[in-house]
Amino acid sequence: MKGVQNNMGNYYQPEIETASREEILRIQNEKIVKQVKHVYENVEYYRNLMDQKGVKPEDIKTVDDIKKLPFLTKADLRDAYPYGLLGTDLKNCVRIQSTSGTTGKRVVAFYTQADVDLWEECCARAIVAAGGTNEDVVQVAYGYGLFTGGPGLNGGSHKVGCLTLPMSSGNTERQIQFIQDLSATILCCTPSYAAFIGETMAEKGIKPEENTLKAGIFGAEPWTEEMRQSIQKSLGIKAYDIYGLTETSGPGVSFECEEQTGMHINEDHFYAEIIDPETGEVLPEGTMGELVFTALDKEAFPLLRYRTRDLCILTRKKCSCGRTHVKMCKPMGRSDDMLIIRGVNVFPSQVETVLLNEGYTPNYQILVDRKNNTDTMDINVELTPEQFSDRVGDVEAMEKALEGAMRTMLGIGPKIHLLPPKSVVRSEGKAVRVIDNRKLH
Amino acid sequence: MAVKQLSVFIENKKGQMAEAVKKIADSKINIRAMSVADSRDFGILRLIVTDTEKAKELLSEDTLVKVSDVVAVKMEDIEGSLYGILKVLEDASVNVEYSYSFTAGKTPAPYVVFRVDDVAAAEKLLTDKGFCLISESEI
Ligand SMILES: [Zn+2]
Repeated sequence: MKGVQNNMGNYYQPEIETASREEILRIQNEKIVKQVKHVYENVEYYRNLMDQKGVKPEDIKTVDDIKKLPFLTKADLRDAYPYGLLGTDLKNCVRIQSTSGTTGKRVVAFYTQADVDLWEECCARAIVAAGGTNEDVVQVAYGYGLFTGGPGLNGGSHKVGCLTLPMSSGNTERQIQFIQDLSATILCCTPSYAAFIGETMAEKGIKPEENTLKAGIFGAEPWTEEMRQSIQKSLGIKAYDIYGLTETSGPGVSFECEEQTGMHINEDHFYAEIIDPETGEVLPEGTMGELVFTALDKEAFPLLRYRTRDLCILTRKKCSCGRTHVKMCKPMGRSDDMLIIRGVNVFPSQVETVLLNEGYTPNYQILVDRKNNTDTMDINVELTPEQFSDRVGDVEAMEKALEGAMRTMLGIGPKIHLLPPKSVVRSEGKAVRVIDNRKLH
Repeated sequence: MAVKQLSVFIENKKGQMAEAVKKIADSKINIRAMSVADSRDFGILRLIVTDTEKAKELLSEDTLVKVSDVVAVKMEDIEGSLYGILKVLEDASVNVEYSYSFTAGKTPAPYVVFRVDDVAAAEKLLTDKGFCLISESEI
């Protein structure tokens, strides 16, 4: 099976995955009216939030009206733990999943059978987008149990009709043995575990072309494009990104297609918004901000306007795979890290993006201060010996160019200081990214 | 023929340059020539030393170091001799990026170091015109 690539035009549910924009909107509008009514009637916690805001279910006629609804945050989930956001009787629920994390921070999500089906269908779409058919052998090496990774992909794999190997994570020797003995073709796990499996195979002298794997579906943790390239090389596969949160169901809220340029959000189930984390205002397409999800048809845990704290950009640019659903980029950081400098929202992840684009190392430190009532922003950036030039003018020109690139991305101009390697202050081996001295004044 | 020059990145902090120079002195490496170029934010210390590799290794522990080839020309103690060198290079479109002078050994005549964009061309031109170039072994 090795080398069989996904033919463009492979969809699990083609009619919805390639539906016209109008059709998707029609479905969304129909669902949101019903869903807001459902939540208002069944979830006292959210009803109170709506009442406080003076919003009635009748005010929500289309998805455009979603912006009138109150947000839900992790703090609300904590307040309402465990049953406060439940949208149906417990007797209708068939499953819970939960995040790791200590008491008080743990999220417990409930599912009816319809919710489980919806979630598994989303995962099935991801598997088919990665080239999966009922002839594939899907090795699920995500953790099983409370964690959503294993159960989600396991269910999706069943829906596609793949032979499913419910490995769970760990026991790498056995993982490799099953890949080889049962000719697994699609590997599902965290990207770091995929990288580890690749390394272990290399140590055992198994060449990338000697395994039967053709694709991998990796998520549940942040990973970079470089990491993708290295996994693709070490396992001899195409590596697909998948996104989701326990709060919204689990993996499969969005998934990558053949283009590998962002993840299609399953818009018939999840309505996505990008907001300004400070003001809560909805931002236009193409702007970076905090990703917010509204579950359009989940029954048991129907979160409306849930703030993910993930920083993201949405795009409706036409995709070559034929899917029409909006795409989100890989999350670029956490909204908690946002700085407001001279009234402009600045995210450390934006600084990091510019540095990587301009060929610098991501070793930097942002220094924010206030001088004469004006915010100042300085960025210390480490130079590599290869980048260093003996000409003062070259180094100055590099600083100027980087300042320009930063101004374009951030909207404000920081002062760049290029420094020798290891200059950026580290605490316990971890670089301190931001020092905000304004708090001292 | 070319001479190896060390360029050392100096942060705009008190004592950084002294520290670098001390590190070299402590390991018994002689500094033959030195020049500093600075900007508002940082400086670049240029050194010609007796053991370039060792000095590079030592200084790289703390900062950025680059080794470049430069041309060192012995100056005749006559009027217009610097112009003579520059003219030769300019006529051949060899670009001089910076230069500085130093005296080596017991000879009273100074040497001038040229950082050029084409070291090989500069060496050949100047040798052909009868200028005396200093080599690495003479440092
Ligand atoms: Zn696509």
